[in-house]
Amino acid sequence: MLITCPYCGPRDVIEFAYQGDGNRERPQPASQDLDAWNAYVYDRLNPAGDHNEIWQHAGGCRAHIRVVRNTLTHEISSTAFAHGGHRSATRHKTEAKS
Amino acid sequence: MAEYSAFSLLKNALSGNKDWKPAWRKPDPKASYDVIVIGGGGHGLSTAYYLAKEHGITNVAVLEKGWLGSGNVGRNTTAVRSNYLLPSNTRFYEHSMKLWENLSHDLNYNVMFSQRGCLNLAHTPAQFDDYARRGNAMRHLGVDAELMTVDQIKRLVPALDVSGSARFPVIGGLMQRRAGSARHDAVAWGYARGADRRGVDIIENCEVTGFLRDGDRITGVSTTRGEIRARKVALAVAGSTGRVMQLAGIDKMPIESHVLQAFVSESLKPIIDTILTFGMGHFYISQSDKGGLVYGGDLDGYNSYAQRGSLPIVDEVMSEMLALFPGLARVRMLRSWGGLCDMTMDGSPIITTGPLPGMYLNCGWCYGGFKATPASGFCFAWTIAKGEPHELNAPFTLDRFYRGLFIDDKGQGATPRLH
Repeated sequence: MLITCPYCGPRDVIEFAYQGDGNRERPQPASQDLDAWNAYVYDRLNPAGDHNEIWQHAGGCRAHIRVVRNTLTHEISSTAFAHGGHRSATRHKTEAKS
Repeated sequence: MAEYSAFSLLKNALSGNKDWKPAWRKPDPKASYDVIVIGGGGHGLSTAYYLAKEHGITNVAVLEKGWLGSGNVGRNTTAVRSNYLLPSNTRFYEHSMKLWENLSHDLNYNVMFSQRGCLNLAHTPAQFDDYARRGNAMRHLGVDAELMTVDQIKRLVPALDVSGSARFPVIGGLMQRRAGSARHDAVAWGYARGADRRGVDIIENCEVTGFLRDGDRITGVSTTRGEIRARKVALAVAGSTGRVMQLAGIDKMPIESHVLQAFVSESLKPIIDTILTFGMGHFYISQSDKGGLVYGGDLDGYNSYAQRGSLPIVDEVMSEMLALFPGLARVRMLRSWGGLCDMTMDGSPIITTGPLPGMYLNCGWCYGGFKATPASGFCFAWTIAKGEPHELNAPFTLDRFYRGLFIDDKGQGATPRLH
């Protein structure tokens, strides 16, 4: 399986670490909403089909990326930085120059 | 239906084996049943068997989307053991072990249960201490366990590299001698025959496509062979739990489905007379009665419903095998396959009433559903029949996560990929 890192390009799956369901929302740290915390820690979407998930390019640029992958065929329909935009890539490049 | 016996073997041998009857009928589904069990694998079939045998509930249908035994019951590595640390797990799996020990007799079907032992290798002093602790915990609950020295291990498994120059030198191990293996197909067929002869309808090629409801209450299922009503609907669909629960409108559960690969080598003369597990990675190996080495390792590591695996894990499993058995370097791999594992967040199963009224749920077997087959069916049947758990499965609820009572045998926290 090849995963296209938005920063590094297509790389073999062995360079990546799987971080699981990308639909979970972490409650605010001060939140005392137990149901929200329980859902965040334990509950997962587990679809047979397209799955929105987080991977980390652990053996590469270490960026966290959001991948939409089909759990039946392993076909990847999109990849993007996990936290939106190109902020981490831009920062990475700026640091490399200075 | 005929009993299997020395006499029936002889009689059928003399008549050219033409008169054997099918082991189970192929009935059409009735309009309604007392209980529908979704899933014709080991757990579903054993549930139906114990419903009939222990509770006299015989108006039961087992619905299987494919053919009998096409799912996980035929996609495992047939290991049976009860070497757990936490009391709720130990008691449950030991009950399973006791059922295994009498299963061929109980079913009048040879499941080829072979108590060849299960040996966990230790490679560090801390790991050896940990095994001593686990062994003590097991013995406290009346389960057999013994620590083995390197010399004993060398005598038991001569092919194993126990030298100091091994990549991960072996310093000891924990052995459960009553552990072993069974023929997985025979387990499915034996339970199917046992349930069928007590009146259970086993309906193959019947996929559940939705649930019939009366308000919140589940009152039956719609299938590719029509609607079937039931007072109680029980799910035992292992790796497909997420998919089937979605049909009932529940899309989030403390479960992820992953694929676990297994491998068989070409046949060899006997070299391993036990089940061996590698303590430094994740690898286990045994030898089948036909001579093939049966082995496997880690999950592929990401959600999957594909019943096949990926190459990086093949690579990893083979290198772990060679770390233990350098002499097997030129043995050829015959085939590999993948089974679906519904991994829970604490690595322990779920056998429970609910989560919807009229529904009963049996899932979350992670890597280890095969050894649980008899106790799982026994406890699930009890839960279905009485509407409350047996004391052995009372801890295995769905809400244990939310109540802080999870059963984390490995102590690795809320993650579905480590257990």
